[in-house]
Amino acid sequence: MLSEQERREIEAHARHYPNNRAVCIEALKIVQQHRGWVSNEGIADVAEALQMKPAELESVATFYNMIFRKPVGKHVILLCDSVSCWIMGYERLRQHLGDRLGIRPGQTTADGRFTLLPNVCLGACDHAPVMMVDEAHYQDLDPARIDEILASYQQEEEKSTDGNAAHS
Amino acid sequence: MINFEIDGKPVSVPKNGTVMDGANQLGIYIPHFCYHKKLSIAANCRMCLVQVEKAPKPLPACATPAMEGMKVFTHSGQAVTAQKGVMEFLLINHPLDCPICDQGGECQLQDLAVGYGASSSRYTETKRVVANKNLGPLISTDMTRCIHCTRCVRFGQEIAGIMELGMVGRGEHSEILAFVGKTVDSELSGNVIDLCPVGALVSKPFRYSARTWELSRRKSISPHCGLGSNLIVQIKQNRVMRVLPRENEEINECWLSDKDRFSYEGLNSEERLTRPMIKQGGVWQECDWQTALEFVANGLKDVKEKYGAESIGALGSAHSTLEELYLLQKLVRGLGSASVDHRVRQSDFRADSQMQGAPWLGMPIAEISQLKSLLVIGSTLRKDHPLLAHRIRQAVKHGAELNVINPIDDDLLTKVRNRAIVAPDKMVSMLAEVLKAIAELKGVEIPDDAKNALSTVSASDTARAIAISLSDNKPAAIFIGNLAQHHPRYTDICKLAQHIAQISDVRFGVLGEAANSVGAYIAGAVPFGNRFGNRNADTAGDRHGGQGANASQMLGMDDAASGTGCKAYILLNLEPELDCYNTQRAVRTLAAADLVVMMTAYKSHAAIQDNYADVLLPIAPFTETSGTFVSTEGRVQSFNGVVAPLGETRPAWKVLRVLGNILQLDGFDYETSEQVRGDVLPAGNDVSAWLNSRLGSLAVNPIEAGKENKGSEGLQRIGEVPIYQADLIVRRAESLQRTRDAAAPLAWMSGSLMAQLGLQTEEVIRLKQEEGEVQLPVAQDDKLPANCIRIASAHPSTAALGGMFDQITVEKS
Repeated sequence: MLSEQERREIEAHARHYPNNRAVCIEALKIVQQHRGWVSNEGIADVAEALQMKPAELESVATFYNMIFRKPVGKHVILLCDSVSCWIMGYERLRQHLGDRLGIRPGQTTADGRFTLLPNVCLGACDHAPVMMVDEAHYQDLDPARIDEILASYQQEEEKSTDGNAAHS
Repeated sequence: MINFEIDGKPVSVPKNGTVMDGANQLGIYIPHFCYHKKLSIAANCRMCLVQVEKAPKPLPACATPAMEGMKVFTHSGQAVTAQKGVMEFLLINHPLDCPICDQGGECQLQDLAVGYGASSSRYTETKRVVANKNLGPLISTDMTRCIHCTRCVRFGQEIAGIMELGMVGRGEHSEILAFVGKTVDSELSGNVIDLCPVGALVSKPFRYSARTWELSRRKSISPHCGLGSNLIVQIKQNRVMRVLPRENEEINECWLSDKDRFSYEGLNSEERLTRPMIKQGGVWQECDWQTALEFVANGLKDVKEKYGAESIGALGSAHSTLEELYLLQKLVRGLGSASVDHRVRQSDFRADSQMQGAPWLGMPIAEISQLKSLLVIGSTLRKDHPLLAHRIRQAVKHGAELNVINPIDDDLLTKVRNRAIVAPDKMVSMLAEVLKAIAELKGVEIPDDAKNALSTVSASDTARAIAISLSDNKPAAIFIGNLAQHHPRYTDICKLAQHIAQISDVRFGVLGEAANSVGAYIAGAVPFGNRFGNRNADTAGDRHGGQGANASQMLGMDDAASGTGCKAYILLNLEPELDCYNTQRAVRTLAAADLVVMMTAYKSHAAIQDNYADVLLPIAPFTETSGTFVSTEGRVQSFNGVVAPLGETRPAWKVLRVLGNILQLDGFDYETSEQVRGDVLPAGNDVSAWLNSRLGSLAVNPIEAGKENKGSEGLQRIGEVPIYQADLIVRRAESLQRTRDAAAPLAWMSGSLMAQLGLQTEEVIRLKQEEGEVQLPVAQDDKLPANCIRIASAHPSTAALGGMFDQITVEKS
């Protein structure tokens, strides 16, 4: 079942589109935003709300790699996996990230904090190599910078578990 | 029209036509996989790349719109290089396991690889492997072979009306699958097997049983629904191995319903009766034909002497051929009785005296897709007429408005403009409202014979909306479905629908329940003589007062005529415990008879166990005899036997002929089934003069009165015929019996009725009609009308119940 909030948001988007099917990408994003990922149940819920067949929605959901059909960690790290970044040291970064997090691309850390995913081109080739953590973009990376970035997420989380403002 | 050139040959196609259309017109073959004339253009296989003058790159013929003056080259160096390049890519991940692939020998990829593939691959990396999916009992998968043409996906979306298969993932990770844990349950699903250009989707029942080049192809006609789908029956060593569609644009196009496609398994069933059997002293024994036929002839003679000829009755299924039904009625009439009928599930025969001809579709099947408005009355449309439902879906897709008056609200997989879901006993009043609405709309008087009945009726909004839909959109049609034909007030439904059609000036038709529903009337397998059809009409019936007993009277299902059952019965191609309106009474009546002769292809379990039959004569199913079906659109289609009869089985027309000879009746000296047909049909086989669904002058009964009222105080049964229980052959088709559509019947009712009766889902309850009782689990369907319980008929687990639309009582067990 879609939550009241999810339903409201989907309906708000639906007004911008000529028919239900056109809303499905937005609807999947909304469900993902609220639940972290899109489960089979999430597909069925959206299908019912938009009067589409689950098979069709599944085709859409799996086509876009920003719709997660498997559970992800609290933060999703997208490491650019394309030509410019390859030239500018992608391999070293991937190795470093993997060592620091103890996971390989496609996996989630045991504490459920980070998921590491390769992503073909983040569109900032002039500042390669590049990665994104959730909505934030990080460029001109090297291993030292990556340590800083990871540390900042760790700190932020510790703060929030201390009872301060929730993680944004 | 756009004029252009392909390979130097001029061609013109309509606006929006493609290069592929032009090539098809010229008969130039362009290799392709994803393109299919009945499906939308996907252009994703790229096999149809052709060279176009002035275009910098090769273009896909299927998706390139034709342009004035265009010059296309399909076999030029550039085109062939491009096609070979595509083939190399397609084969990268294809396993090339042709020796163990069922598609081998009839595979588009295999054929085209011969023409365009290299003799060895330059690809040295590992091939990808895709897990197989369980798509149910009919379709077997080998998904590694898939080339992602998406024909199966588009078929679901565009033809079957339900997208059960989807392509998930992207690029290297793409695969075809049904959504988590689902199977493909469409009643048209088997067509994806034909559509699949590789061996990814193949037939599960046929798998590993034969190679295409070992099979002979024989033409035939489907004996199941009234459409008369054209078949290719493939045989090996005198055994039917599988059934494929034979393309006929006017009937089944290139499709087949799963019922038509997979029922052949029933032909090879272990239950086939291969020798005549006689019951003597309560014990069944096999015997030879001579003994069996003499037993039958003597039995009939005895009954005639003892009780009079009128006590002999015959019932034939409308799945039997024209020739069989003609000889059956000729035999009975020759003996001096007019009691012969094929309408075993009909319960209202009031219209018999006013029928003007054989009820039929009222229009050609092909024209259904062009309708702009339809009213379907009482039908499980998708299950009774899968391909007709597809035609209607196409019509709706092109803007037609579909209106429905039905006791059930199953998903028709298409938009329904107005739906009136009412209890069976409210269907008449709903129709009366529509008639009232249309009369008001058109400003005409209500016809005299309905005036009385309609005096208290006022039109509801739904009725008005239906009336407007029918009158504003032309061409339009009203169709009477199977549920309505079995309805206790069929006559009133028919009459009201006919008035609505007349006033709104639309077509009016009756959807033929079986392959030969129209033919059965024309053959004279009805108790009211031969007023239409049947050129050399045998008038014996008329000599004996004209009117014999109808199916309902013969089987003791008619209240007014209770106790009037016959003393001797000939049953052709029927299982009365499943095939009748009131199976409980039918079996009881037959058990009380002196002689019951069953002409059947199967050892009917119940006939032997319930002990109502005395003789079983093994007759040939449609694949083992020649014959003719007259389809619901009045199309006469004859066919030949495709294999020799099994064991000592004989074609029923020959059995009836011999029986006629033994009984020394006149006119039984036929040598071929064509001679029999010649006696029934006029030269040229044009039966159009005998087709007429209209009823003569006949007053509509008061809306709230009539037979149905006996059910109205209590609960009413909605007894539809499940898709895979409709005839003897399909009942024994093992794979179809494992589909979701063949699930055991449940007692479906609305949540409010469940609450009222204090029942829970899945609780097993006792259901009673008359003296019969069955136990079924409860299931919830909130779309059902109040006070109705939907319980399938024609199923062994509900055979003990009574009338399909009669009162039913519920008790907790």
